[in-house]
Amino acid sequence: MPETFAFYMFAAIAVGASVLVIGQRNPMYSVLLLIASFGALSGLYIQLDAPFVAVAQIIIYAGAIMVLFLFVVMLLNAPREDAAEWDRTHPLRQPGVTRWGTLLAGLLIVQLAMALGKMSELGAPVAGRSDAATTGSVTELGRSLFTRHTFAFEATSILILVAMIGATVLARREDQ
Amino acid sequence: MDFTPYLRPAAIGVMIFITFNALIIASAILVLAERKIMGFIQQRYGPYLVGPWGLMQPFADILKLLFKEELRPKGADKWLFTLAPVLAIVTAFVAFATVPFGAQTDLFGLLDEPIKLGISDVNVGVLVVFAVTSMGVYGIVLAGWSSNSKYALFGGLRASAQMISYELAYATSLAAVIMLAGSLSLREVVDRQQGYWDLFGVLPVPKWYVFLQPFGFLIYVIAGVAETNRAPFDFPEAEQELVAGFNTEYSSVRFAMFPQAEYINMVTMSAVATDLFLGGWHGPFLPPEYGWIWFLVKVGLILFAYIWVRWTVPRYRYDQLMTFGWKWLFPAAVLNLIVTAALVLYFNA
Repeated sequence: MPETFAFYMFAAIAVGASVLVIGQRNPMYSVLLLIASFGALSGLYIQLDAPFVAVAQIIIYAGAIMVLFLFVVMLLNAPREDAAEWDRTHPLRQPGVTRWGTLLAGLLIVQLAMALGKMSELGAPVAGRSDAATTGSVTELGRSLFTRHTFAFEATSILILVAMIGATVLARREDQ
Repeated sequence: MDFTPYLRPAAIGVMIFITFNALIIASAILVLAERKIMGFIQQRYGPYLVGPWGLMQPFADILKLLFKEELRPKGADKWLFTLAPVLAIVTAFVAFATVPFGAQTDLFGLLDEPIKLGISDVNVGVLVVFAVTSMGVYGIVLAGWSSNSKYALFGGLRASAQMISYELAYATSLAAVIMLAGSLSLREVVDRQQGYWDLFGVLPVPKWYVFLQPFGFLIYVIAGVAETNRAPFDFPEAEQELVAGFNTEYSSVRFAMFPQAEYINMVTMSAVATDLFLGGWHGPFLPPEYGWIWFLVKVGLILFAYIWVRWTVPRYRYDQLMTFGWKWLFPAAVLNLIVTAALVLYFNA
């Protein structure tokens, strides 16, 4: 029973904080709420008997990446965002973009509904799986990461590299 | 009535109580020690008026801070300005939760089964300490941002940049020890360091990882000083450039929380260094159940070195800090890790 309560508490914080991230006008608050959401996710990982993943979540996302986010927000001293200030020429306000975005959002909702429908077959979300303890072990995790999932691991690192190059290209000033 | 089933939870409660208060007392002692040692190094007396030899100085300090007016700048962010010092001190306390500080005790025969000294023994203990410490930077960064002051903002900016740069070297030096011990639990790492090597058959050398990892220890200590924002890496509060840095706008108890968090972080950093590199509570002469005395001695020595360095080495320049962190310390830590990994594989095969 305490596990169920803890699950719903963490889940509520994670979902609530994530929703509030989008709702904030002040980017500083968005960053902080995102950290809260990561913290709640890490609590859920602990409940799944995966303490290593939980701690890695805190170290990598909450501890390193979000500090970088915060650094950028502070460095730019970003003002409060105001939707009214967005003019019609903003690239995200083009009719084509909006149409595509709506389509994709609809697709996502359908997929989520289908996934949730399947979930009742898998049993309650909190129920402990017998192999959960082994997936939490650091040795097992490392072994499977560098043997069975080597390709996915390397492909992800290339993906991150591509994203980094893409960001640099996008951020480059045109007049140079 | 039978109290036996309640003894164990009560003992854990007592352990939390002792650790919590020990950290508060340690920060008070450090305030005094810092000023006394600073006085000695600068050839003056240091505090000597309050109590015998100035021993009551920390209490005078905290009383003064308690009675000061609590100010908040007009343009400050109300919520974050209040949250920041709390965040700093809470993470400082929580980080100590998985640090073991002694073998075990049965509380003078009160418990059937002996209880381990330390609040919690998690099998990823090293990483938990690292994770919680890395969250501590938010207290400083938020304090800098929410103050709505240019000096404080720059202090916060520097804190975040410095933390990211030195966390890498810090974690990499930890990883080398973890490889040697083959465990992420701090208690197991300490237990692997039990016993002696007989050097040349006569000289007993304790099996501490500092002898196997001298560079790792050096990197850990340097990165640790930078992580706790102590001189010569105290850029978030560099006085000659930033007034008082991130805590410029704070006063009274809210201000007091920042130095206290810093002192508690120093204690945690030293305690983890003791557990990882200096054999924890293992040492000669004392019986194992009094090992915590060795632990206190070792932590005290590292803390003394902390203060010693602060009043001996001048503050670096900010660009020197970044150059040193990225071009020297981090590559050195990676090299240390690779060599350690190769040697561990070679000797285990």
